[in-house]
Amino acid sequence: MALLEIKDLHAEVGGKEILKGIDLTVEAGEVHAIMGPNGSGKSTLAQVLAGRELYVVTGGQVIYDGKDLLAMSPEDRARSGIFLAFQYPVEIPGVSNLYFLKAALNTIRKSRGEDELDAMDFLNLVREKMKLMEMDQTLLNRPVNAGFSGGEKKRNEIFQMAVLEPKLAVLDETDSGLDIDALKLVSTGVNAMRSPERAMIVVTHYQRLLNHIVPDFVHVLSEGRIVKSGGKELALQLEESGYAGLGIHDEEAA
Amino acid sequence: MTAVAEQTGAWLAEFTGLATVAPWAQELRETAFQRFAKLGFPTTHDEEWRFTNVAPIARASFKRGLAAGQVTGLTGGAQAGTLEEARQHLGRLAAFDQNAFVALNTAFLENVVAIRIPHGAVIQEPIQITYNGVAGHATHPRLLIVVGADAHCTIVESYTGAGNYFTNAVTEIVAGDRAVVDHYKIQRESLEAFHVATLAAQLGRSANFVSHSISLGGALVRNDVNVVLSEGTEATINGLYIVNGAQHIDNHTSIDHAKPHGTSHELYKGILDDQARAVFNGRIIVRQDAQKTDSKQTNKNLVLSDDAVIDTKPELQIWADDVRCTHGATIGQLDAESLFYLQSRGIGKQQARSLLTYAFAQDIVDRIKVPALKDSLERILFEKFHEHREK
Repeated sequence: MALLEIKDLHAEVGGKEILKGIDLTVEAGEVHAIMGPNGSGKSTLAQVLAGRELYVVTGGQVIYDGKDLLAMSPEDRARSGIFLAFQYPVEIPGVSNLYFLKAALNTIRKSRGEDELDAMDFLNLVREKMKLMEMDQTLLNRPVNAGFSGGEKKRNEIFQMAVLEPKLAVLDETDSGLDIDALKLVSTGVNAMRSPERAMIVVTHYQRLLNHIVPDFVHVLSEGRIVKSGGKELALQLEESGYAGLGIHDEEAA
Repeated sequence: MTAVAEQTGAWLAEFTGLATVAPWAQELRETAFQRFAKLGFPTTHDEEWRFTNVAPIARASFKRGLAAGQVTGLTGGAQAGTLEEARQHLGRLAAFDQNAFVALNTAFLENVVAIRIPHGAVIQEPIQITYNGVAGHATHPRLLIVVGADAHCTIVESYTGAGNYFTNAVTEIVAGDRAVVDHYKIQRESLEAFHVATLAAQLGRSANFVSHSISLGGALVRNDVNVVLSEGTEATINGLYIVNGAQHIDNHTSIDHAKPHGTSHELYKGILDDQARAVFNGRIIVRQDAQKTDSKQTNKNLVLSDDAVIDTKPELQIWADDVRCTHGATIGQLDAESLFYLQSRGIGKQQARSLLTYAFAQDIVDRIKVPALKDSLERILFEKFHEHREK
């Protein structure tokens, strides 16, 4: 049974249909890249999978780990192993990273039937993962994402992912706004988490990220539909000929 | 009988039953009572009371209670004085000519808590004054704090109680030149209680005054904070009010820049749930003489229900021309994106709401410098928001 099966998924926001029938099957251990021009629906797909209420699902089905994903609350999705790395991580003044992450991890552990981590074990885990992402420990006591640079926010997302160890990670334009060093760092963090039990959906506009996180499959999204699927060579082809080579344009420009 | 006489009549009986005090104090009482009888309780036609209807207080009848403030932490030269010692300052800052509640409090002067901090004394330990309301009773706590020049002190006023009662408090603070005063008022009255209080502070040259007003309890609450700054004075006037059910809280502040080079920062934050109602009125006066004044006022409100109501109003009276004054008010709900972000990490919706609500109050709590007070407040807030989510 596939880890994730999306069938004819339709979704709209503010009465405008964005996803117009998505079909996608992801097996455990696979990395799928979703590429597409601006406005093609990439981020909408990522947010719908995480359960953002802003997007209204108007048709189709998503089966995750044998369950009806669309019937689950965002927190239940997270507890059953879905993680969304946000394109725009949210700043939450007044809530420290440490408190936030501990609350998140312990809720997720509890739902997996594991014991909550005590303060010391938690700190050791967090320190180890921070080292991996070359993050300064003082960030722990700062409010979530508040005053972080764009790069720090993206690193913080991957750091959270490393701590929470999801089954299905959805990375929404994690590369946008990163310089090459930060991109390498983030990619290293992501690659370290590749495993036969874990699947990833990597949403990106550019091929650049896929040089570092090499996908098993590439799908091209246009106007709310997957118009082409292939292996990693499809990304390279896109790099050479651009979306226009496939007859695809940015929705705004169309 | 007029409505005013009806309302003040019961108080007259109580007033005439008071034991006499020294002639000067007796005279002050008499004058104050006459003023109260003339003013009567304010109505919503009175601009200062437009959004706060005190009819429930005017209609109620209470026995006269003893405003016995428990004072702890008098160390390092801080002294408790008597009514006689208070004579020089008492009633000079908290004017009762226009405020019926201050007049009533002054009419019932009895157990004045007077605290004196000698010149230059640095008192480390917070001086705590605690009042406990008793059902069926009205009390008029009166506090006078005189801080000498160059002295440092921390004052914590706390109000608690059980049942339906009426606390009508007045605090006067005189801070000498360069004095540093950190003042806390923790209002945790019973949810059936009425609480009306005025804090009046006269601040010396280059004095540094911080007021933290934390209001959690009470059915009907009105806080007035009136501060007058001198040259180079720095005043920070902060407040946090958290109300739910049918609670009503009204905060009126007045910051009077009387002299040049004064600085004032004001931050009041409110969290409203259910049918609660809150009022914020922030008056900033910059006198003609008060050039180079720097004043900033902010009122932020988090509204958690559809039925809660907040009325917020800045009131700037600026007579000087070389000043910087800013003000702003916000009324908002919990941020949907922040909620989703927390949920997407496995945190349940209700817990996420509590967490964000708590976070909203965090910067006021962070400014509390007395560790024990900060800890206890954090615990109280945590429980309060936990309660909310259990509903």
